[in-house]
Amino acid sequence: MASRHELGEPVVVVEGVEKSFGALKVLKDVALTVRRGETVCIIGPSGSGKSTLLRCINGLVPISKGSIKLAGREVNDKNLDKLSLRRDVGIVFQQYNLFPHKNALQNVMMAPIHVLKQDKAEVEARARKLLAKVGLSDKLSTYPGELSGGQQQRVAIARSLAMNPKVMLFDEVTAALDPETKKEVLVTIQDLAAEGMTCILVTHEMGFAREVADHVYFTDGGLIVEHAAPAELFGNPREERTKAFLDKVL
Amino acid sequence: MSKAATHSKASTDLPVLLPFRAPAPISPSGLASPMLLGGATLAAFAILFGASLALAQVTARPPGESAVTVLLRWAPLIFQGFLFNILISFLSMALGSAVGVLVGIAQVSLVAPVRKLAWGLTQFFRNAPWLVLLFYAMFLLPFEFRVFGLTIAFPAWVKAIIGLALPVAANVSEIVRGGIRSIPSGQWESAEALAFTRRQTMWMIILPQAFKRMIPPWMNLYAILTMATTLISVVGIQDGLTITRAALVAESRPELMIPMYLLLLLMFFAYCYPIARATLALERRFNVKA
Repeated sequence: MASRHELGEPVVVVEGVEKSFGALKVLKDVALTVRRGETVCIIGPSGSGKSTLLRCINGLVPISKGSIKLAGREVNDKNLDKLSLRRDVGIVFQQYNLFPHKNALQNVMMAPIHVLKQDKAEVEARARKLLAKVGLSDKLSTYPGELSGGQQQRVAIARSLAMNPKVMLFDEVTAALDPETKKEVLVTIQDLAAEGMTCILVTHEMGFAREVADHVYFTDGGLIVEHAAPAELFGNPREERTKAFLDKVL
Repeated sequence: MSKAATHSKASTDLPVLLPFRAPAPISPSGLASPMLLGGATLAAFAILFGASLALAQVTARPPGESAVTVLLRWAPLIFQGFLFNILISFLSMALGSAVGVLVGIAQVSLVAPVRKLAWGLTQFFRNAPWLVLLFYAMFLLPFEFRVFGLTIAFPAWVKAIIGLALPVAANVSEIVRGGIRSIPSGQWESAEALAFTRRQTMWMIILPQAFKRMIPPWMNLYAILTMATTLISVVGIQDGLTITRAALVAESRPELMIPMYLLLLLMFFAYCYPIARATLALERRFNVKA
């Protein structure tokens, strides 16, 4: 399952990253490499620093130590143009965070128009395509409040894709969804991965990680305990901690 | 609201275990009863007004002109004064809101000195007696000032508008800050992830959502301000209250005091009560939607 497609050069390179919130060390010496076209899942118990790591990768949370390179640029560089960074990396959140005062189409169009200053007609055509891609052609003018959780999450995915990112981050995007709507979101992500989008997912969906990921990282207490291809990590974990976690969740 | 709550609660329990209860005979829309209440209040006012007139008529000595005639003579003038109160309330609300929105946004600024200054100003003017601020505005501002050789008059009523706008601005500032803070942080986060600048996020994403939540308290503040405009009579501006007092002095019939002031109160009530009702209605609507 691992190599469905050719993997390219490294796009995200995380080295020796540490992050503390006050006295609390959330990340301790984390290293991780994601290559172009690769789908990486990060699993682990709550509070192990998974979500923080994702937010560090797109610069939402500054790191305390180490280096994160995204498409060759140092994320933590003070002089880095945040706009160019955020163009390259999209993030989808657990709580969707759609803009409730805008309909689905407007949600997708806003950033390309106002941030990238692209032509409105072009953006609209692209937004319609993206919403069709996530199966929401019939919900263009529907407001987030009238969409189901799964539909909102798919709009959120389309909204991130509208920026034409090189990497997509998914932060427990199905955690708030029921099993049925969960599936439609996971299928959307799977399609993206199959098309060759580089995806990093923080997830509790072990079945999905096993099936779709090229590589799985298991984190605990701010450390990467172990990482391997999914068949190996799920089938034959080396570390006791990984075994204990998988025994509980599988 | 409370009715809807009890309904949903009842439907989650096992119905067979609940004692039968006929639906309460109160209109579920919650509209009929306040209207009745408003009608009752108006009727009470009318009765009070009539009684005070009758009392004035009876106690007048020596018996002179009928109390109603006197009142009718002064009513147009008092109403004019009242209209001036409304004008002042509009203008101070406009000025106070414009300043207050800016100070309120400054209160959530990332620049610490700006934020602290805005916070300090807000707290100072929010916790100061309105009349004292009005006095300051009246006596500290010049009655005219010169710009490029041009003399601009600064009449008392303009100064009064500024004086009243100070506490209004401080209160609007708090309303704006509260509205902005009430928007979940996920909105900021996703806007930042999409590379919106902070300013864009504020004006295109946060404020449009917060605006809705600010309207009810803002209207409430306006009603309070309208009633507070009678403070300007203390600094000698010809508002409704000043004219009513002048009328009483001119007539020198102390028994007319109660109906005269009641007339003015009625005007304010007729203006402010609908605002209060509309505020409540809006609050209820937004609550349901949110």
